[in-house]
Amino acid sequence: MSVTPEVAPSEDASSAAPASSSAPAFDVEAVRAQFPALQQEVHPGKPLVYLDSAATALKPQVVIDAVTEAYAKDCANVHRAVHALSQRATAKFEGARDSVRRFLNAEKREEIIFVRGCTEGINLVAQSWGRANLGPGDEILLTELEHHSNIVPWQLVAEEKGAKVVVVPMTDAGEITVEAFRAKLSERTKLAAFTHVSNALGTILPVAELTRLAHDAGAKVLVDGAQGVVHQRVDVRALDADFYVFSGHKLYAPSGIGVLYGKEALLEAMPPWQGGGDMIDRVTFEGSSWNDLPYKYEAGTPAIAQAIGLGAAIEWLEGLDWDGMIAHETAVLEHGAARLGELERLTLRGTAPEKASVLGFTLEGIHPTDAGTILDAQGVAIRTGHHCAQPVMDHFGVTATARASLGVYNTNEDIDALVSGLKKVESMFG
Amino acid sequence: MKTSLDDVYETFELLDDWTDRYGFLIELGGELPPMPEELKVPEHKVKGCMSQVWLVGVPKDGTIDFLADSDAHIVRGLVALLLMIYGGKTPAEIAATDHQAVLARLGLDKHLSPGRSNGLHSMVKRVKELAAAVDASA
Repeated sequence: MSVTPEVAPSEDASSAAPASSSAPAFDVEAVRAQFPALQQEVHPGKPLVYLDSAATALKPQVVIDAVTEAYAKDCANVHRAVHALSQRATAKFEGARDSVRRFLNAEKREEIIFVRGCTEGINLVAQSWGRANLGPGDEILLTELEHHSNIVPWQLVAEEKGAKVVVVPMTDAGEITVEAFRAKLSERTKLAAFTHVSNALGTILPVAELTRLAHDAGAKVLVDGAQGVVHQRVDVRALDADFYVFSGHKLYAPSGIGVLYGKEALLEAMPPWQGGGDMIDRVTFEGSSWNDLPYKYEAGTPAIAQAIGLGAAIEWLEGLDWDGMIAHETAVLEHGAARLGELERLTLRGTAPEKASVLGFTLEGIHPTDAGTILDAQGVAIRTGHHCAQPVMDHFGVTATARASLGVYNTNEDIDALVSGLKKVESMFG
Repeated sequence: MKTSLDDVYETFELLDDWTDRYGFLIELGGELPPMPEELKVPEHKVKGCMSQVWLVGVPKDGTIDFLADSDAHIVRGLVALLLMIYGGKTPAEIAATDHQAVLARLGLDKHLSPGRSNGLHSMVKRVKELAAAVDASA
């Protein structure tokens, strides 16, 4: 299997570019060999074709090994004890935080808060920063593309504080234009929260420009990086967003761990969200004082093995040729868009020029769950439903779409299996 | 419906591929007596299904027939299967009937996703509630 997209650097070009010369050239077959889940038949004679990475990504062996080792050898609570196991667990757990800092190019490890996932990170900001900083008439600017987890936490805090949720509309292609965003900004906008990459449509938003505009208007910025961090290089200092949030499980890491990056000054000023062990400095019945960052926001025993798994996933990703990986994913996505065009009943949903990973579609007269079920019988895993983005569904006047989404391990052959599966679906509906 | 439960068992045995079995379920859904559009209202909707499902009971000489439909074709086939199991029975018979054995014999218990199984469970719950209501008013 070889995919040589036009945008991929040639060997000569990559050797001339020192930034990407440290990692070997991207080799999708070598990547696939590291994912045990890909080496299975889901039904007799039907090898797995996994096209649901936007829901959750498969895990490479190194991540599975790191989690196993965390339980098999270094099984202890962190930060607490002087014994060897606890010291090893703490070193690995905090090492994972260092890996996240490096991966995001954050300035300080204190800016990396471990949370359960992207959803919890957004809720933390809504409940801590939001309740302390929002008041009657203030506006929270969202986009029509948002996942429910970047809508509902803001509705909850808006209702409590008398603030208002304002929505930037998307185009029919699924784009959020700079003009539409600017038109909805006002002097009442206190926070703009938008996705980096749409989970339902795959649109890549111009996050740096939106961040600059929001800052110019005096608003803070939260970027939902659940999909973005997987397919785009993220440099939080260059981006300059105040908060960047993502989940481990979409980044080839375990579920139950995610990251809230926040600028240190903001995290210092915000009140704690959840109270408990590890987040305190001193506790008396008269009152308590808070631990330093990042622990101030990490009450209770954290997801230790999961964080260690996230660290392993990031180190694994850092060993890949990212230019090659992005070029490969883009080539497979383009192959997908072209091949899906062969299907008579199919309408692509989400046709922005800047896209990553996601092929959303509907089939005339065929319910997405029927298509998904028949594809499953052929070993092809896709997602069907509203993708936790009902406003996006409403925009297209549908209740559900089918979504094939790509990870680092997908190939043109996977797309071809999807297309033959869909041809079978079409034939069954006459 | 012209297909009987025995026909379904036989066909599932003949077909060795789940794609074809789903194809057969889609055909089975086509045998459902048409449900008048005016009955497809929110109060007849079965909650907890991944697709839309409507279900009403029609009492007839001490037994109950059902009218049902779905916007998804495989689900419509599953609805047809449920109505083969529960339709045309007395409320007491409906209360005493269990669809699980049929699903298990067809292998559907293992092949339906948890979401689907929940939807099916909701439909059966509604069938039994409708039967109990007819029984109470009789």
